[in-house]
Amino acid sequence: MGAIRQKLVLIGNGMAGVNTLEHILKLSPEQYDITVFGSEPHPNYNRIMLSYVLEGSKTIDDIILNSWAWYEEHHITLHTGTTITAIDTQQKIVFADNGLTAAYDRLIIATGSNPIILPVPGHQKQGVVGFRDIADCSVMLETAKQYRNAAVIGGGLLGLEAAKGLLNLGMNVTVIHLMADLMERQLDTSASAMLKAELERQGLHFLMEKQTAEIYGGERVEGLTFSDGTKLESDFIVMAAGIRPNTALASASGLEVKRGIVVDDYMQTSAEGVYAVGECAEHRGVCYGLVAPLFEQGAVLAKQLCGVQTKPYEGTQVSTKLKISGVDVFSTGVFLDQPELTVIRKQDDWKQQYKKLLLKENTIVGGVLYGDVSDSSRIQQWVREGAAMTEAIYAELMGAAGTALSAADRVAQMADDEIVCGCNGVSKGSIVKAIKDNSLTSVDEVKACTGAGRSCGGCVPTVSHLLQYVLGDEYAGQKTKTGICGCTSLSRDEIVATIKEKHLTTVKEVMHVLEWHNPEGCSKCRPAVNYYLGMLWPQEHEDEKDSRFVNERMNANIQKDGTYTVVPRMYGGVTTPQDLKKIADVAVKYDVKMVKVTGGQRLDLIGVAKEDLPLVWEELDMPSGYAYAKALRTVKTCVGQQFCRFGTQDSIGMGIRLEKTFERIDMPAKFKMAVNGCPRNCAESCTKDIGIVGNDGGWEMFVGGNGGIKPRIAELLCKVKTDEELVQMVGAFTQYYRLTANYLERTSEWVERVGIEAIKAEVVDNMDRRRELYQDILAALAELKEPWSTALEEQRESSYLFDAIQMK
Amino acid sequence: MTTQVNQDLTYIKIGTLEDFRERMGRVIRLKQKEIAVFLTTDGTLYALDNRSPHRRGGPLAEGMVSGHFVLDPLYDWKIALDSGQVQAPDSGLVQTYPLKVEGKNVQMGLTLEQARQLGLE
Ligand SMILES: Cc1cc2nc3c(=O)[nH]c(=O)nc-3n(C[C@H](O)[C@H](O)[C@H](O)COP(=O)(O)OP(=O)(O)OC[C@H]3O[C@@H](n4cnc5c(N)ncnc54)[C@H](O)[C@@H]3O)c2cc1C
Ligand code: SF4
Ligand code: FES
Repeated sequence: MGAIRQKLVLIGNGMAGVNTLEHILKLSPEQYDITVFGSEPHPNYNRIMLSYVLEGSKTIDDIILNSWAWYEEHHITLHTGTTITAIDTQQKIVFADNGLTAAYDRLIIATGSNPIILPVPGHQKQGVVGFRDIADCSVMLETAKQYRNAAVIGGGLLGLEAAKGLLNLGMNVTVIHLMADLMERQLDTSASAMLKAELERQGLHFLMEKQTAEIYGGERVEGLTFSDGTKLESDFIVMAAGIRPNTALASASGLEVKRGIVVDDYMQTSAEGVYAVGECAEHRGVCYGLVAPLFEQGAVLAKQLCGVQTKPYEGTQVSTKLKISGVDVFSTGVFLDQPELTVIRKQDDWKQQYKKLLLKENTIVGGVLYGDVSDSSRIQQWVREGAAMTEAIYAELMGAAGTALSAADRVAQMADDEIVCGCNGVSKGSIVKAIKDNSLTSVDEVKACTGAGRSCGGCVPTVSHLLQYVLGDEYAGQKTKTGICGCTSLSRDEIVATIKEKHLTTVKEVMHVLEWHNPEGCSKCRPAVNYYLGMLWPQEHEDEKDSRFVNERMNANIQKDGTYTVVPRMYGGVTTPQDLKKIADVAVKYDVKMVKVTGGQRLDLIGVAKEDLPLVWEELDMPSGYAYAKALRTVKTCVGQQFCRFGTQDSIGMGIRLEKTFERIDMPAKFKMAVNGCPRNCAESCTKDIGIVGNDGGWEMFVGGNGGIKPRIAELLCKVKTDEELVQMVGAFTQYYRLTANYLERTSEWVERVGIEAIKAEVVDNMDRRRELYQDILAALAELKEPWSTALEEQRESSYLFDAIQMK
Repeated sequence: MTTQVNQDLTYIKIGTLEDFRERMGRVIRLKQKEIAVFLTTDGTLYALDNRSPHRRGGPLAEGMVSGHFVLDPLYDWKIALDSGQVQAPDSGLVQTYPLKVEGKNVQMGLTLEQARQLGLE
């Protein structure tokens, strides 16, 4: 190595600054000793997602972008909770409020923005906040627990997201907006009116064209008065009236500042060796307030700092999307009607959709979408490229008869930098390039090469269309012959047939006999083969722990910090005061991080240390809830005949009976049931693998529902008269699924693939077959043991699985 | 990558052969640090830091072992046991430690620097 590293200092541990560091670490990891100062006490997080934290669909933990470990691994010195108060650009030193100093060779300023707090009388009272960081978000979450009425000043993107979040938290929310239209900086009057109507339907209140004159109250706010003399009572006020680049430090240190810190096309400020990126910077007279531009700026700056040739940064065409569920709006470029522009517009009040394209001398310069935003990436591309309007584009966008796009055409139209896989951040461009450069021919290969499709799988259809688009007919030809994973070219059916025919009994044998390319398989085929063996030879097959996912091996759910979640069984969602007390005692004794009621009516004990698992199970002395397993998870039940005035069947009794009968048996995927006492369906059986609805003369059985990644409503399989018949039918259906589904295939996908009629023919219509299937599942069930008590016995013999070796 | 001259290593005992089982990781705790030790099907032992280089972290010891690789239990990254190298499409590196077996005793080699980092001077 030898060379002395230069010192790089970053002020502002936010999205722009740390993104720049990520680029630098990729380009030239050895070049700099990096020190980061951040005012906030957290590592770098995704500020955009604060709206989701407020709305409740994400936690603070979920939105961390780079953990402490990341800084440590890259030898970055991070000072959180530390604000830089001065820069000496002559001596090249920065000074912090807590006395720390740091010398730099290069300095990046990425101090972001501050929310604008309107200076109306009373603005400093308790209960007035901005919406910018985790601290603000925490105040909102806390306030919602204590107070009822909230006002949000500002009907822009941020204000609306804040308002929707507070509404979800149970507050009564009024949005106050100065203008006549919401989001007037992104939307035109028509789209804005549709947006307002939808948000009102969701429960928000609006006061339009209102100017706040005063905030009144004692120490805490009690309400607002407006310039027209009217009033609104409110115990909490969120100011979302705009942001101002945070430039105080830069101007105090003698840098050139206009609205933001002035930078050139390489993000250099007026001082030598000092750069600025993100919302605090002003480039060619523009300060941006969104992440897309700051990522582009970061890429240019990183290259600049690593001595890599780069094109200058020339500004960004920004687009907007609102992150509120059930409301899709999009706008890009020029969006307001102007006399010199030609406007193509389609408004559909029935479907609540609005589309608008703006042309300047036949060049596409902007667009607005409401309701259906699936064309957003293409419009963005047209605007960026300055595309000319054509008949084809018109037909496509405005839906002339017979021009609906095929899936392949749609992917062809996608912009290269559009993200296909949201989980792993993989763009269309990089997938197409990977397919071409490495001659990939299957989704699995694309997965292995780019990472796309490796998490939730939601993008796999698009990836497959992209393959088709790049390879054409070659791909269709390839498709028939794909194995269950990259380790073999054999299909599930071929593998199962050979196991049966040759009577193979171990995973090793199967892989050996069937000549796996990868002799010990992977995390996909090992659990699958282990499952097929258990399904075919329930008496003989010895379960192979080393081919089980960690959750199934440990009989608990692993969390990202290496602790586990323990879930005791609660048959039918019913427990007793004694059991509840026991659970509470264990939770206290082992200091669990959280006790949570799950969607399946049971209790999660979250955050148990691995070594404590056996002790926790022993003290609970309850059966495992299988919250981790490819097996029956829960049977959700409603109150039913025992207590409910509408109930015609004993749903609780039946739920408990089903759960006790079918617990523990391995299945191709996780499996959920629900039982309802009447057609009001309080236990939501339409999204379960098996959903049962009681009626006056017996039961209806629905199958193949799902509430997960790909939601699907269950279909009616049959109606039965007696409880016995129902249990038999559930058993036969489950066994048929166990025998014929691919590993990890949920019933929703399986029912779609096999067809409900084929399943009916086998399970409902053919009485002999039904009885046989039922007998088979009972035989397999008879072999099973309670896993927690089994693990405890094993633990007494050897501490292998749970205990670490402790060195002194 | 840095290559380490052998005589600079100090070896410490981390257990005996009986402590390890084929294709099942085991955690060794050294002060505040965790090392994951794996025994592959062909009888080779490997030691790595028990921390995934995925940016959200997480342990490695619970991963599935296939040949001379471990599959990260949380994010399914494939990591070479001998070099600690994360396999494409992902990237990253896990610190590895040399092991030697004398009789039944398993010993792990540390450089002075590593020993200091682990608080084992
Ligand atoms: C609720 C919310 C929702 C949003 N939604 C979207 C969206 O959907 N799409 C979109 O594109 N954008 C969205 N944004 C905007 C986006 O988050 C910002 O554009 C982006 O975070 C700006 O990055 P930055 O690094 O410039 O500033 P920041 O991420 O704010 O980082 C600046 C950091 O510097 C620190 N700092 C400031 N001064 C000092 C100092 N003197 N010393 C040390 N540290 C200092 C601050 O504490 C802060 O942590 C949203 C913003 C919010 C608040
Ligand atoms: S589904 Fe029917 S029986 Fe069950 S709780 Fe609802 S109303 Fe009562
Ligand atoms: S979107 Fe690609 S895996 Fe989730």
